[in-house]
Amino acid sequence: MILFGTAAMGRVVRSGLGRRRVQTAVIAVATMMAVASAVVAGSLMVAAAAPFDHAFGKQQGAHITAQFDPAKAGAAQLAETGKLAGVTASAGPYPSTAFRPVDQGGFQLPTLTLVGRSGPDGDVDRVDLKSGRWAQKPGEIVLDASFEGPAIGIGAGLKASHTANAPTLSVVGFAVSASKTADSWATPAQVDALASEDSPSTVQMLYRFDSASTKERILADRKKLAASVGSGALLGTQSWLDTKRAADQGAAATVPFVMAFGMLGILMSVIIVSSVISGAVGTSLRRIGILKAIGFTPREVVRAYMAQALIPAGAGIALGVVLGNLLAVPLLADTEAVYGTVSLSVAWWVDVTVPVAALVIVGLAALIPALRAGRLRTVEAIAVGRSPRTGRGQWAHRAMGMLPLPRPVTYGLATPFTHPVRTLAMLLAVAFGTVAATFAVGLTSSLTAVGTSQDPEGRAAVTVTTTKLNNVAPPPPPPAGGSAAKPSPAGGSVASPSELKVADPAKVRSAITSQAGTSSYYGKAQTEVAVAGASGSVQASLYDGDSRSGGYEMISGHWITGTGQVVVPTRFLERTSTKVGDKVRVTYEKETANLRIVGESFDTSGSQLEIHMDMANFASAEPSTFLVEVKTGLSADEYAQKVGAVIRPLGGDATTNAPSGQEGVILIMSAMAVLLTLMLVSVAGLGVLNSVVLDTRERIHDLGVCKAIGMSPRQTMSLVLSSVTAIGVMGGLIGVPAGYALHSLVMPVMGRAVGTTMPSPVLDVYEPVQLLLLGLGGVVIAVLGALIPAGWAAGARTATALRTE
Amino acid sequence: MHQVIELKGVAKRYDSAGAAPVLGPLTLRVAKGEALAVTGPSGSGKSTLLNLVAGLDKPTEGAVTVAGRRIDQLSEHALAKFRREHIGMAFQFFNLLDDLTVTDNIQLPAQLTGTSRRKAAARAGELMEMLGIQKHARAYPGRLSGGERQRVAVARALVNRPALLLADEPTGALDTVSGHDVRNLLMELHRAGQTIVLVTHDLSLAEACASRSIHLVDGHVALDSYAQAVR
Repeated sequence: MILFGTAAMGRVVRSGLGRRRVQTAVIAVATMMAVASAVVAGSLMVAAAAPFDHAFGKQQGAHITAQFDPAKAGAAQLAETGKLAGVTASAGPYPSTAFRPVDQGGFQLPTLTLVGRSGPDGDVDRVDLKSGRWAQKPGEIVLDASFEGPAIGIGAGLKASHTANAPTLSVVGFAVSASKTADSWATPAQVDALASEDSPSTVQMLYRFDSASTKERILADRKKLAASVGSGALLGTQSWLDTKRAADQGAAATVPFVMAFGMLGILMSVIIVSSVISGAVGTSLRRIGILKAIGFTPREVVRAYMAQALIPAGAGIALGVVLGNLLAVPLLADTEAVYGTVSLSVAWWVDVTVPVAALVIVGLAALIPALRAGRLRTVEAIAVGRSPRTGRGQWAHRAMGMLPLPRPVTYGLATPFTHPVRTLAMLLAVAFGTVAATFAVGLTSSLTAVGTSQDPEGRAAVTVTTTKLNNVAPPPPPPAGGSAAKPSPAGGSVASPSELKVADPAKVRSAITSQAGTSSYYGKAQTEVAVAGASGSVQASLYDGDSRSGGYEMISGHWITGTGQVVVPTRFLERTSTKVGDKVRVTYEKETANLRIVGESFDTSGSQLEIHMDMANFASAEPSTFLVEVKTGLSADEYAQKVGAVIRPLGGDATTNAPSGQEGVILIMSAMAVLLTLMLVSVAGLGVLNSVVLDTRERIHDLGVCKAIGMSPRQTMSLVLSSVTAIGVMGGLIGVPAGYALHSLVMPVMGRAVGTTMPSPVLDVYEPVQLLLLGLGGVVIAVLGALIPAGWAAGARTATALRTE
Repeated sequence: MHQVIELKGVAKRYDSAGAAPVLGPLTLRVAKGEALAVTGPSGSGKSTLLNLVAGLDKPTEGAVTVAGRRIDQLSEHALAKFRREHIGMAFQFFNLLDDLTVTDNIQLPAQLTGTSRRKAAARAGELMEMLGIQKHARAYPGRLSGGERQRVAVARALVNRPALLLADEPTGALDTVSGHDVRNLLMELHRAGQTIVLVTHDLSLAEACASRSIHLVDGHVALDSYAQAVR
């Protein structure tokens, strides 16, 4: 305590803290909550940027990865592109192709981009070899590190395709390219050898530019490249900004809402700290006068009152840093998964900056009332402490007294007008608590809507497949920047046809239609297609029948209603510079169709582009899955058993769909939202508690008088509780629209962070009844906060209260 | 004669069981219409006695019966209800609520009993007229003189027509003129048949207003004018 001055002052500070235990606890909890939120928000902001930027910088990542047609641009011409204005470094040309290998277990991996490079180094994209070595001769391959696992390790063999005479490649290493220039690497000769008519060899060039920080700059750089080679020579490009966004999106989506909670927390702690210290000064005028009378200087008085704020705030800040670090762990772990071995932890400077900033803010909040204490004249302070109160709020008592309500209630309703500043602090605490609750309810509803909309297949009661469900491959490793694909019968890769019995889709369909319990169904196949204007392969879902029940939420346009239509995600529109209404050319195996984009789907599934079309566009396409709705009242299990009994002998299978589990990030975000809301609502309640404690202490003599003339404990309780009810109502009226507005503001920002806009079912989540209940939540916060002091006032001994000055 | 107050072997201790009581053991009866003055030096137990009779405090031993009801065994809620119906209190420092007008202060105990606003206002008007403070009906206590405030306090104490009026040093904070006013008021009330217990240091006030007086020393009755008269 010597830190704050003399031992005498230490005693004064200690006794002040001891006398105001509730307020001391309120300051500690409020600052703890604010600091914890700020640490989480800060850590996520760092996590959202730092690992990618660090890895990209270290590897001299490619701002643009370009694919050229070797028939139209020769090696010398491509080498010249490295000397274009603005290009600071280039690498290549590297031969490149796509192939779909099959592992030793017979499972076919997704289509991989294979690039022929003699080594991991170069002027651009210095690939980080995580294990093993680089491919040195034909027959060797290095895979992206995300493939490393029990199924595929060093020395594992991969067949180049499912055809019988396909060559086998030996995995010799695992590597990471921050720029995601390839999924696998081999010697240039091996790439040329694997290229086929279906997957011809292209040439990859990697570039770094002096200016590539915006989408516009990248587009301008791309134009330069396209212009430097012949028409049609540039087949496609990949921007580092897209790769960065995909890599960052897990944490990036979380940042806006955690920041919103952090801001609310900081505002609340400022309000509460200044309210507590103002209250401490206001209720201690006589004490301050006595301190000065016995020789305390004004500066010592200021220090004494500052210390009474900074000591609990310091404890709260320390606890907040610890709590923030603990809360950040699951979110950072999620981000860490994206970068493999890159370890993420809360940045040290976040752990330093946040508490220092919080201490400064709390100090400033406490300084103004402390200075007021220091400036008070001794005689005045003693006199003010004893004299009757000023006439503030008398008009309110007169007005409220006319209401047709019990007198203790009308007396209580007028009480807040006696201390307008304290009432304002209480009102803000309740309003912020209501804002947090409203925002959190909207956020969790929106996140649930996002989760549901991302699993449209899960809406069907029963899934019927043309293959046995246990033949479905385990999920492939997570694609760059995205979460792992769900092991779905429709989405998984299946064992090669030579090893697998596949039921005839027509017979499966017949089995479904002949089942009495079938209400409706549609067929689906997931495959890869080529889309003119989009580089690399594109995931496609082909639908057979009326698929509206399994459709994605639409941001614009509508779901497919027939042939000639395609629904695409926002990223597809961005990458292909198309819009709803445009036509695209889609090639499925050997068939090509010109389809009109009729809708923009709400799809947050990472960097993969998944488009949706009617199966009838491609004559050779057949469904591999049927999603069935059963008639009302019928057990889905029973239905699945009956259909399964028919189609299992054919090679197919049937299962019920378990309720869709939410994705990890959504679960974590929902849990965080609930946790942060509980903390904020608790702090709001503590803010009310603090104000009512101050008020009750100040009015204890008046309450004693009331009790002496016959006010019962119950009436006393209703007096105190009604004094906060109006504040609760007002707080609700302010907080609900503000929380609603905050939700409307933050959700689109979160959407932009994952590269999509939000459809109305995700944004318009509030029901009128819900808003009404949230508004009443303000009253609940206020009443709960006032309950303890109300009980204390009701139970206080009348004789003691009457003796209180 | 009907007893308004009956204390039987009442004692009050604030410290541990072994310590001497601050009051009693004491046995005391106050009849209806009687005005009892309680005098004695500071610390003699006057306020403790008043608190026990008002039901603001409970005796450590003995029984307190007021208006025919034993109040030392009542709950806080029942005590509050009892107080507002049977006891009126006037304090040295008036204890008026600064936020409320004179009328609102006077009406408050009536409103706590559930009396309609119209009836409470009528009764308050009647008392203000009787006590000569009707011109201050809409004023706030802070603007009144000490004597006027004490009249308001007495009006508030009488609004529910209590069986017993307790006055704790009612002139203790007043100047001579105001003190005289209040003295006259208490005398008038006594003449009108109001039972009064008056705690005071002021022997002349006790002599003027009370039909009987007891003098407390160290918690015990050192002198009882009634007992003397009987002897």
